[in-house]
Amino acid sequence: MREPGYRMAKRLALPLRGFAHRFVYPLLVLGAFALMILGKADLLLIERMRATMADALAPILSFMSEPAARVADVIETGRELIRLRDENAQLRRENERLRQWQVVANKLEQENVQLRDLARVIAEPPASMVSARVVADAGGIFVHSVLIGAGAKAGIGKGNAVMTSEGLAGRVATLGDRSARVLLLTDLNSRIPVMIETTRERAMLAGDNSHQPRLLYLPSTAHPNAGERIVTSGDGGSFPPGLPVGVVADSGDGPMRVLPFVDFNRLEFVRVIDFKLEGPVVQTEVPRGRERR
Amino acid sequence: MTPALSERMDDWGRRLAPGATVLVLLFFGLVPFGVPGLPLIAPAGTQIAVFYWAVYRPDLMPPLAAFGLGFIQDALSGTPLGVGSLAFLILHGVAVSQRKAFVGKPFLLVWFGLAVATLIAGLASWALASVILGGFIPLDRPLFQALATIALFPCFAWVLVRVHRGVVH
Repeated sequence: MREPGYRMAKRLALPLRGFAHRFVYPLLVLGAFALMILGKADLLLIERMRATMADALAPILSFMSEPAARVADVIETGRELIRLRDENAQLRRENERLRQWQVVANKLEQENVQLRDLARVIAEPPASMVSARVVADAGGIFVHSVLIGAGAKAGIGKGNAVMTSEGLAGRVATLGDRSARVLLLTDLNSRIPVMIETTRERAMLAGDNSHQPRLLYLPSTAHPNAGERIVTSGDGGSFPPGLPVGVVADSGDGPMRVLPFVDFNRLEFVRVIDFKLEGPVVQTEVPRGRERR
Repeated sequence: MTPALSERMDDWGRRLAPGATVLVLLFFGLVPFGVPGLPLIAPAGTQIAVFYWAVYRPDLMPPLAAFGLGFIQDALSGTPLGVGSLAFLILHGVAVSQRKAFVGKPFLLVWFGLAVATLIAGLASWALASVILGGFIPLDRPLFQALATIALFPCFAWVLVRVHRGVVH
């Protein structure tokens, strides 16, 4: 037999529960809108919440992504086997061409070292690098970003360049302790200062959630041909100049677009590189040797 | 008398199964398999699961669970926080409010219900994400995803029915 106090409480609680039940749904809808508004206001709290949640679940995703990578490998192997012959012939041709380039590059490197020495060029600070696995890929329905399984604890910083062996993939947008979100070049909110490699004409690479980001603010005198290489310009100081980004796409009469080097469908491992640049304004450091003079 | 430990665990397993299926589908949808297009249709699973449980076991998929699962999805996928929660709440709301029309009725009717709920949720998420991200997001991907969700409903429903009968009873 329960005591009367319990029954009393139960009788009082019942309408309360009914009340809560009826209002939980609208309250949660309001809560969702509140989250959106808070997120839009860019509160640090929301970013922290997101990073904490990602940190907590990244190990699970990381654990799951290893067998997933194996599945991806098997699929890739099958695909490669089909194209093996063609690819071999193509690689042989490319190898021949690259051998010639190697000779040229060696000569240029020697020359570059000598000229730098002569001109006392200030060396760029050494970059530090972290390799990380992509643990979550949301598919880019609203945002083009991926979650990687390394964060501040591994030495990654906000704004760091994220690259693959092919070229620039994006930059670190949100940072957690053990995870980080990478905003890809193709995202609606991605803006990267770039230039045409041969003519050094500056432009802004602006993502619009399509596979090919647009080239904005290109000087009206510039008419790059399709296939010309686009590299980072280093303007703004977040990335060093010369990181490979993509080639000018053949877009007909439409806006100028860039075909990125990186295959965003197959991001598995990325390199997060901290170029030790001081954000929007680069501090010009006086080299030690001259300081003493 | 307190029930035996195994009974209690059984009970907990039963209660948590719906939420757990959504979580598992959510994780599988996010893990990169390197197959082009797969991440685009993968979120279909979570939406279908939320709708399914809200129709057949709303007691085990309360609105708070739908909200929380949406929050986790947003946090991991990088979508503005709140958008996924609202999408799941819309699916949940349509499912629960029209429950009487769905339960015990032909599968096609439930399928139609899901189609309507998915399109409303997809459209709302697209509009809100566009406003929050400050730009017009092309409608092709959200639309494709909604159609994939509708098309894949029978496959996922088949799995969910198995979980429903086997674990939840």
